[in-house]
Amino acid sequence: MKIFKIKYIAIAVASLLMVSCNNDDNMMEETSIDFSGTFVQKDQMGRPAVNTVFVSSDSKDAFNTTIPSQQGAMFQSMFQTNLTGLSPAYANDGDTNALGLDAATFTGLLATDVLNVSLDGTTTFYDGTNVLTGRALADDVITVELLLIFGGEDFSENPSLSNDNVDSNDKEFSDSFPYLASPW
Amino acid sequence: MKKTKILVVTVFAAIIGLITIAADHIDAPAVSGSSADITDFYAFEGEDSNNLVFVANVQGLLSPSATTAASFSENVMVEFNIDTNDDKVEDLVIQAIPRDGKMYFFGPYSPTTTGLNSTINEMATKSEVAISSSSAIVANQNGMKFFAGPRDDPFFMDFAQYGEIIGGNATGFNSPGSDTFAGTNVMSIVVEVPKSEIGGSGTINTWVEAKSKQ
Repeated sequence: MKIFKIKYIAIAVASLLMVSCNNDDNMMEETSIDFSGTFVQKDQMGRPAVNTVFVSSDSKDAFNTTIPSQQGAMFQSMFQTNLTGLSPAYANDGDTNALGLDAATFTGLLATDVLNVSLDGTTTFYDGTNVLTGRALADDVITVELLLIFGGEDFSENPSLSNDNVDSNDKEFSDSFPYLASPW
Repeated sequence: MKKTKILVVTVFAAIIGLITIAADHIDAPAVSGSSADITDFYAFEGEDSNNLVFVANVQGLLSPSATTAASFSENVMVEFNIDTNDDKVEDLVIQAIPRDGKMYFFGPYSPTTTGLNSTINEMATKSEVAISSSSAIVANQNGMKFFAGPRDDPFFMDFAQYGEIIGGNATGFNSPGSDTFAGTNVMSIVVEVPKSEIGGSGTINTWVEAKSKQ
């Protein structure tokens, strides 16, 4: 399977609407920029890897164009089917992840794809203490999600599947705006 | 895990088509590879703890040479959505749209309509920043900070090995793993906004959308 087979879509570029104004000194030309029109949704994202892992391939565009307030009703069942199909950690009645959530409850949370963010302090996907209070650049979100999918009640189940053993980015982040590292 | 279980999982995964790219990288078939294709979304407290930072990344897996030619489409608006009363409907938006080498920002403001179709209220707070190339150009306007341009993809994962597991060719991850996203760039939009303008305190729900001009 070729993972990196990416199609580039050529996109037409909108032209600027130039409007000259009646300046006597004709040194100044005012530009009016066109921001008009209706913009139609193509993609959306809240939490990392949710659409990727839990939405079946033929439903990905549909998930991307369902508003969050309707996602739970439309997709929770699909999420649960895919979660239990993917992970043996939910094989038995009563099985939960380390947050104490069974398959139905966990997928009910995930199917509404919004990122919860605290305005009162630490913002992290999971840091050992705080859970789902934001998402910081350095958060190892994939390992957190693998643990919640495969790790069982105490993170001990399926150890070979619950950590990808890539724990940090390939470049240092900055403490200051814009925080992300310069491009390669 | 028993080997038989792995086989069952693998077959099941193959049937339902769990072929994936991590985070949100390239999981929007309709807009794959374009600047409407969101790769990642972050929201975290700023260096100034009175502020919150939003990051939207699009158009992932750019090689250094592809990055030079990459741009934000003027037909694509990136919209940060903020729900302050936990009904999963946006109460505030911050909209980003490029024009002629600059990224323009509107908001935060309360949109007249919510959901899949958006318009830009040009009367809302308006800010702009020149789109960066390699070094970061930062604008400070209206009490906020703005950036738009290429950055190293902050996402990290052994996606290749995950694919091997899902494909039934491996039973687990390697130690150490290999970062599939090392050495690749994304097109990034970063906004730092006072918490007082997006709810003040408590917990908000946030998500990012890419919207294409009709």
